[in-house]
Amino acid sequence: MLDRYQRITKTAIIRACVVLCLVLLPMGEAQLAETVLKFENDEQSALYLRLTEEFRCLKCQNQNLADSNADLAQDLRNEIYQAVVSGQGRQEISDYLVARYGDFVLYRPPVKKITYLLWFGPFVLLLFAIIGGWRLITRKPVIDAPEPSDALEDARRRLED
Amino acid sequence: MWKYIPLVLFFGLLGFLARGLDLDPSELPSPLIEQAAPDFKLQSLYDASEYGPESFAGDVWLFNVWASWCRACITEHPVLEQLDDIEGLTMVGLNHKDVLDDGRTWLNRFGNPFDTVVFDQQGSTGINWGVYGVPETFIMDKKGTVRYKHIGPISEEDLNTILLPLIKQLQAEQA
Repeated sequence: MLDRYQRITKTAIIRACVVLCLVLLPMGEAQLAETVLKFENDEQSALYLRLTEEFRCLKCQNQNLADSNADLAQDLRNEIYQAVVSGQGRQEISDYLVARYGDFVLYRPPVKKITYLLWFGPFVLLLFAIIGGWRLITRKPVIDAPEPSDALEDARRRLED
Repeated sequence: MWKYIPLVLFFGLLGFLARGLDLDPSELPSPLIEQAAPDFKLQSLYDASEYGPESFAGDVWLFNVWASWCRACITEHPVLEQLDDIEGLTMVGLNHKDVLDDGRTWLNRFGNPFDTVVFDQQGSTGINWGVYGVPETFIMDKKGTVRYKHIGPISEEDLNTILLPLIKQLQAEQA
């Protein structure tokens, strides 16, 4: 059984929480509203999300544009947003960024001469591993019959004597 | 013969790693090299006159992207002063994503090495030029083709080993 004093404190805390939630909730929404981007349709918003994940922030090279807070990432996100809203397609936007920042802006490197080693190198190594493994498995087993040791031979001779 | 393959692969990998130690991953090759200088139309930092790449046609020109908020630009500044001394090199500065007064104050304080300074508050010219770090420096030949891009502050060594010979070479070329 809670005594009267405890009960009052508990109610007060719950009330304070409710009030706090009511005060903070609209604040959060208002702050969010500033960064919500408006798209004409779901396709555009999906394209925007996809593109910001596909491009690298060059300032902070291990983050994509969607994750990065860098100034440059913000500018490029904005650039992509404008392009998406104006109806440009994925290829167009990608070409635009690659023309300015180079292939490195793409998180997924394109397959071309300079990236052959990157794309196909692992398969070459795998091929070596398979060949090596195959040779190891199919090698003729060499079982050496243990040579009778000198000590054993010696003991046998003594027994015979 | 087969038993040497892992050894060869190992040394191959070692070679790549050793090479990697020497490379700076923050310096990326620019796709603009050997392309025409990207267009812009910007106002001067000081008055209403407008400039674009065509304003410098026929000159070997240097395009330096800087800002008053950029610490490395202060380090680079003495080198720009040296470049300013070169006969016949047009020095163009782009005050990138800055506040007009801050840009002017900065040049007053450290000295203005530029023949022309253009101002871009939005930074869209920077995006067109593929700028991702400030300072960045481009060098255009007399035909307005981008011939060189330097990322980060130009050091004394870069100036003597790369920029000066290149500028001399470009100045010798026909327009």
